[in-house]
Amino acid sequence: MSNDTSSPKVNYLNNDYSIKSWLLTVDHKRIAILYLIAISFFFLVGGLMAVLFRFELATPQGDLVSAETYNKLFTMHGMVMVFFFLIPSVPAVLGNFLLPLMIGAKDVAFPRLNLASWYIYMLGGTLTIFAAISGGIDTGWTFYTPYSSTYANTAVVTAGIAVFITGFSSILTGLNFLVTIHKLRAPGLTWSRLPLFVWAHYATSIIMLLGTPVLAITVALLAVERGLGFGIFDPNLGGDPVLFQHLFWFYSHPAVYIMILPSMGVISEIVAAFCRKRVFGYTFVAASSLAIAVIGFFVWGHHLFLSSQSVFAGMVFSFLSYIVAVPSAIKVFNWTATMFRGSISWETPMLYVLGFIGLFSIGGLTGLFLANLAVDVHLHDTYFVVAHFHYVMVGGVIMGYMGGLHYYWPKITGRMYNEFWAKISFLLIFVGFNLTFLPQFVLGQLGMPRRYYFYDAEWQTLNVLSSAGASVLGIGYLLPVIYFLYSLKNGKIASQNPWGAKGLEWEVADTPPDPHNFHEIPVVTEEAYAYAKEAH
Amino acid sequence: MSTSSESKHPALADHFIDLKQQYDSAQLGMWSFLLTEVMMFGGLFMCYIVARSQFLEAFVDASHHLSIGLGGFNTIVLIVSSLTMAMAVHSASEGHQKKTFKFLLGTLFLGAVFLGVKYIEYSAKIEHNNIPGDNFEWHGVANPANVELFFGLYFVMTGLHAAHMIIGGGLLIWLMVLNHKGRFSKEFSTPVELVGLYWHFVDIVWIFLFPLLYLIGRHSA
Ligand SMILES: [Cu+2]
Repeated sequence: MSNDTSSPKVNYLNNDYSIKSWLLTVDHKRIAILYLIAISFFFLVGGLMAVLFRFELATPQGDLVSAETYNKLFTMHGMVMVFFFLIPSVPAVLGNFLLPLMIGAKDVAFPRLNLASWYIYMLGGTLTIFAAISGGIDTGWTFYTPYSSTYANTAVVTAGIAVFITGFSSILTGLNFLVTIHKLRAPGLTWSRLPLFVWAHYATSIIMLLGTPVLAITVALLAVERGLGFGIFDPNLGGDPVLFQHLFWFYSHPAVYIMILPSMGVISEIVAAFCRKRVFGYTFVAASSLAIAVIGFFVWGHHLFLSSQSVFAGMVFSFLSYIVAVPSAIKVFNWTATMFRGSISWETPMLYVLGFIGLFSIGGLTGLFLANLAVDVHLHDTYFVVAHFHYVMVGGVIMGYMGGLHYYWPKITGRMYNEFWAKISFLLIFVGFNLTFLPQFVLGQLGMPRRYYFYDAEWQTLNVLSSAGASVLGIGYLLPVIYFLYSLKNGKIASQNPWGAKGLEWEVADTPPDPHNFHEIPVVTEEAYAYAKEAH
Repeated sequence: MSTSSESKHPALADHFIDLKQQYDSAQLGMWSFLLTEVMMFGGLFMCYIVARSQFLEAFVDASHHLSIGLGGFNTIVLIVSSLTMAMAVHSASEGHQKKTFKFLLGTLFLGAVFLGVKYIEYSAKIEHNNIPGDNFEWHGVANPANVELFFGLYFVMTGLHAAHMIIGGGLLIWLMVLNHKGRFSKEFSTPVELVGLYWHFVDIVWIFLFPLLYLIGRHSA
């Protein structure tokens, strides 16, 4: 296993350079790269929209864009970010790349379905762009009826079909992961030896399989109602708009866990590698992923506290929403305990771990405010809610995604990124993020409603702070694009295992991996994160 | 290290160790897919139950205008088609190419009969202007808006089911092509088995749709 640098080994990147070999690939690693490119594009699109409406909100009056345009901007921002960035980000890029490597398999169970999921995603994405151009959509990413079904004059049906289609790419990814984890594990890799990243993706795939079809049928019914006049959600036609909210949130609350669970899996991997310790309470961290997946399906009613839901139902959903915070808290405590007396090193991925723990904790704890029936009456539909879910989704999900990208960049590309610029970028993201969203907690508490393009002049200072933060955040996100791309040609060649991490993906598979992942199928003889053995 | 490279079965994909692993994965994949289908139809069924409990009278009234004769006939057709499908799965796993063809063809035929009867039913609804929308007409006692909701759900539910039948028909034709090429044997008949699972599932959906739309509440009026 000597490292012969003079003649580079065959790997999944250099075995075939043709365009066709990329577009028709069934290699999970190449599909991950296809996803990475597409997802980065949609992140840029969604981000630019946010920049535009943060500029608009720098002044109390509406001056940069019209009210209609503003509505379209925040709707498209939400739709693109949720369905085309946050949901596929970690699973479709890092999960696709790493799952087979981590469990010692040659590929996912259904490679062609895996490629199909990317094409379905691209089809849905193209339709969304088309919807944006042909009239836009102004319903909010939640598509609430009867506004969306009856009153909106925008491309609701196109956008609905786009979401419907994209759902199937998510279903195929989940189905692939579930079967892969069940059936393709290497000899000796028992369930209790699985990396926590794999456990997190297992829980995620269950939510994808159970939740996404309900969203699909819901937007399909919305499209049927709008297109053909079948009134399932429109009270004028005998339907029930609250039914739409129930169905929508039955998927869309668990969807938050589709986003956050894979990121939590990344954090578990990084924290073990950079503290050189087995993750504290491995069993509890693994089980908490499953607990989140299960309980997460029974809390959707906290979005309907003010939507004519009965008080009793509200109390039950409020209680369950408190309960679902427990497994998340278990994870946070266990990561912290892992760091305790670990030999921590401070490369960029570890910084993202700290960022995740801090920001996700704020996001999670402010969620408890909103799960409280009485407090929610005051905070409902204000900027407090906006700040809360951005702390979870941007502070949590994207921190994990970025941390994972940095951690696995050498594995994926065979090159090291520039550590100095990566740290600068992390700093900008962390500061910019807090500057953007901390003021929004205050604004929400003061009563500023979300989704308006103008506001009372007294709230301008906080809004200017938020807009300034968004600019810093934007630069923070642009930097990695530059230094990652730069590293592809000029980065230092990565060694086989630059972080000295445990796991089949680092210890056995080449860097970058062979087209078939492993030269021979590995046999696993130890638990995950067996770092302690080195210390003896 | 691959001891079986010489005797590698043509149907075995590269990333599986042996046919058993491939078979187990395909089975679990199909069952997981059917689970997503359950959730999809489940959402629809829930809409129906909510609407029915709200507008019971209108739903009972509208339900009387569906033909139990045609619906019942179709139920029998589908149950028999599930039998022929099961026979096709069995004969494919025994490697009987001719028998497999006959049973697949029989299943396809029964599926076509079902869709034909559905077409007759839909045409009658169109003739009586029972299609929700601007031209909707209703001369019964119940509130037309609520009856319209019943027919909306009727068309969406049976329409989604019929779409699954059409896809199933396509899958049967694909199986017949594979069978013609002699791809199925005692060692490998996974595709027939998977389509069989799918076909039975679509059958079961109808077993729920028929009483829900045609039967329940009939005695009360
Ligand atoms: Cu929620």
